[in-house]
Amino acid sequence: MKSRSQDQSLTDSRELDRSYDPLTGSVADDSELSTVCYRPEGIDRLVQQTNFSKKELQVLYRGFKNECPSGAVNEETFKNIYSQFFPQGDSSMYAHFLFEAFDTQNNGAVNFEDFVISLSIILRGSVTDKLNWAFNLYDLNKDGCITREEMTDIMHSIYDMMGKYTYPSMKDSAPKDHVDSFFQKMDRNNDGVVTIEEFLETCQKDDNIMQSMHMFDNVI
Amino acid sequence: MAAGVAAWLPFARAAAIGWMPVANLPMPVAPTEKSKRQDELIILNVSGRRFQTWRNTLDRYPDTLLGSSEKEFFYNEETKEYFFDRDPDVFRSVLNFYRTGKLHYPRYECISSYDEELAFFGIVPEIIGDCCYEEYKDRKRENAERLMDDQEDNKDAKLPNMTFRETMWRAFENPHTSTMALVFYYVTGFFIAVSVITNVVETVPCGSAPNQKEVPCGERYTVAFFCMDTACVMIFTVEYLMRLFAAPSRYRFMRSVMSIIDVVAILPYYIGLVMTDNEDVSGAFVTLRVFRVFRIFKFSRHSQGLRILGYTLKSCASELGFLLFSLTMAIIIFATVMFYAEKGSSSSKFTSIPASFWYTIVTMTTLGYGDMVPKTIAGKIFGSICSLSGVLVIALPVPVIVSNFSRIYHQNQRADKRRAQKKARLARIRISKTGSSNAFLHSKRNGLFNEALELTSSTEEEQRLSKSTSLLESQHHHLLHCLEKTTVSNHEFVDEQYYQQSYLDAGLQNYPSRSPSLSSQDGMTGTCCTRRSKKHHTPLPNASAATHMQPLTHTHTHQQGLQELSTIHIQPLSTSRSSLNMRVDEPAPLNCQSSQITTAIISIPTPPVTTPEGDAHLPAGPAHQNVVKVSAL
Repeated sequence: MKSRSQDQSLTDSRELDRSYDPLTGSVADDSELSTVCYRPEGIDRLVQQTNFSKKELQVLYRGFKNECPSGAVNEETFKNIYSQFFPQGDSSMYAHFLFEAFDTQNNGAVNFEDFVISLSIILRGSVTDKLNWAFNLYDLNKDGCITREEMTDIMHSIYDMMGKYTYPSMKDSAPKDHVDSFFQKMDRNNDGVVTIEEFLETCQKDDNIMQSMHMFDNVI
Repeated sequence: MAAGVAAWLPFARAAAIGWMPVANLPMPVAPTEKSKRQDELIILNVSGRRFQTWRNTLDRYPDTLLGSSEKEFFYNEETKEYFFDRDPDVFRSVLNFYRTGKLHYPRYECISSYDEELAFFGIVPEIIGDCCYEEYKDRKRENAERLMDDQEDNKDAKLPNMTFRETMWRAFENPHTSTMALVFYYVTGFFIAVSVITNVVETVPCGSAPNQKEVPCGERYTVAFFCMDTACVMIFTVEYLMRLFAAPSRYRFMRSVMSIIDVVAILPYYIGLVMTDNEDVSGAFVTLRVFRVFRIFKFSRHSQGLRILGYTLKSCASELGFLLFSLTMAIIIFATVMFYAEKGSSSSKFTSIPASFWYTIVTMTTLGYGDMVPKTIAGKIFGSICSLSGVLVIALPVPVIVSNFSRIYHQNQRADKRRAQKKARLARIRISKTGSSNAFLHSKRNGLFNEALELTSSTEEEQRLSKSTSLLESQHHHLLHCLEKTTVSNHEFVDEQYYQQSYLDAGLQNYPSRSPSLSSQDGMTGTCCTRRSKKHHTPLPNASAATHMQPLTHTHTHQQGLQELSTIHIQPLSTSRSSLNMRVDEPAPLNCQSSQITTAIISIPTPPVTTPEGDAHLPAGPAHQNVVKVSAL
């Protein structure tokens, strides 16, 4: 009997309140998480649906299945992954938005098909497709236009990923300034929202953006 | 970056598309992969067992051997696989680490072999998964403790120059290091026993005069007991002061438990001396005498079991604390209940709750003196519940304490056993070490013998000899030989015992005479062997006979620049020194054909800076100017 920490004795007091079953260790009133196993459809169908070759799909699936044996990624895993890639800041918000963008079926989990279809758009799609996907990412409520609030949320999440240890140090108004400049650039008719047409038009005129769209093409 | 996250990097990079439209500045150029290899299966051959995996799997951890280009060193072109000459069982865990991202420690594996394999493959043990980490750490700690024990035993070895104080301290700590210490140990033990017995007997009622009541022996033989007490306290005081003097860190010694016990044991006596026979103070004086019983704790220096018990109690402090706490709770509860239950009955002994404490304790520990018993029915019911619960409360922490004690006790037993075995082990290791140095000297002689044989052309023996040393050995010996040659004045390896012997005897033998016939100044002697050293070896009847020979020739050189002969030491079974001298003076029959007994070669030590002339003529003979070599075969 080693001396128990405060936390341990506190957690064990849950036994007395009868909300915690010490034998199985599960919390009684939460719904049981079923161990679902998603299996993707045949590889040939996926080859048709995406622009990946069979070999590429094999490689992708091996990596995917290795990390998620159950066949589907949930938001927690996304956040975990991003927090490991961006350790200085808080990437949970951005990971959440990204998850929303990947989860096309809106069922709280990204299975292999969602995953690979999105990747196919990003990596093997035309520039228009990529821009569409980016627009979809920014458009949080998927209503076809980006409002200032949505953009502000996105911007905050990106700046949060940076964290506060930057040089020069981050001003609090930096996200807001960035949103302003974005809207200034994109919003042609100054109606306070950015529609898909405005977005596409502006991006296609910007050389930097067009060039950067191709940067990650050879990632897979 | 952590383990399997590397697999997600392509995804994160792809998703970075999401930042592009928002970015204001141009992006940096992406790193390009030099060779866009298709993912391929690679074969890892570990001591014959073939493992196959994707190259990408291994690339996940680029800072390990398998993930970096280091594995190219192990690539076998012919079989197109990577060959590792390591343990395949442990390799399983290593490869699984790449596959799953979790490193597991198999329980049946020896901890040091596992650590070695991990070190070889460049994997840091800290990433062992939580499931196996505790086991790994426990085993590692055990191993480290064992090593530390061994090292501590090494420290016991007597250092050559210890001050008197250090010697004394060592004698106190380890009584078996010297007889004096052992005597002191037993004497103090005896006096502790005497003192304790005295204290006990003091209170026994001795016979009394018929008209007086019984008096305890202490009052009857006051003087005798006082003398005994004084003697014991003097011994204890002297012992304490000696320990205090010898302690390496006096401050730390004074704070240690044993020293406090010592002080508490002898202090009452001195206080009693100081205090007068005042009526008021004598009450306190009597209390002080109680402290004399602490002398019995001094026995813990003498008994290891007692120390283990004390250590166990200390390590089980939390269990004991829990026991005490739960007992107190139960006592208070039951005492209250019993008090109120028995309140009704007349002539009840349960006069108050604190009075009921006594009943509760006696009942819970199942003592049951019977001086307080409940009389009401309710009281009896609660009394029985009390005794049942007492059994449970006490029985629960006791096995934990017992198991702790058993573990510590066995650890101590194992430590003692290891220490006893260590002596035998060290002796065996030493024998094998001297065996290897013997082999060198032996092979050197054989080397010379071989040259002699070349001339005698007796090929069978040559073959026999050459078989007896492996290539590794012969290369090792050649290396040692080179080292000998490198040193100025050609120091030679000799056997340790002989060196020590000769070092002691060096002063005794000084042969003043110079051997006329073998003066080094003469240069070559006209022998067919053209050697300065005349060495012949008897033909070995067989190679194994070499081992029966007196193993070593021992040389010790006096570097005094005088023309003294070095002392010669030979195994006493063979010729005596005087006879050797005689042999030296003989004109040695340098008949290469004959196989005679070797003669002594004595050369005059010259100042060290000499060029060994004629060395070229000495194919292998290490007989330089100031070396005496005698091989008594």
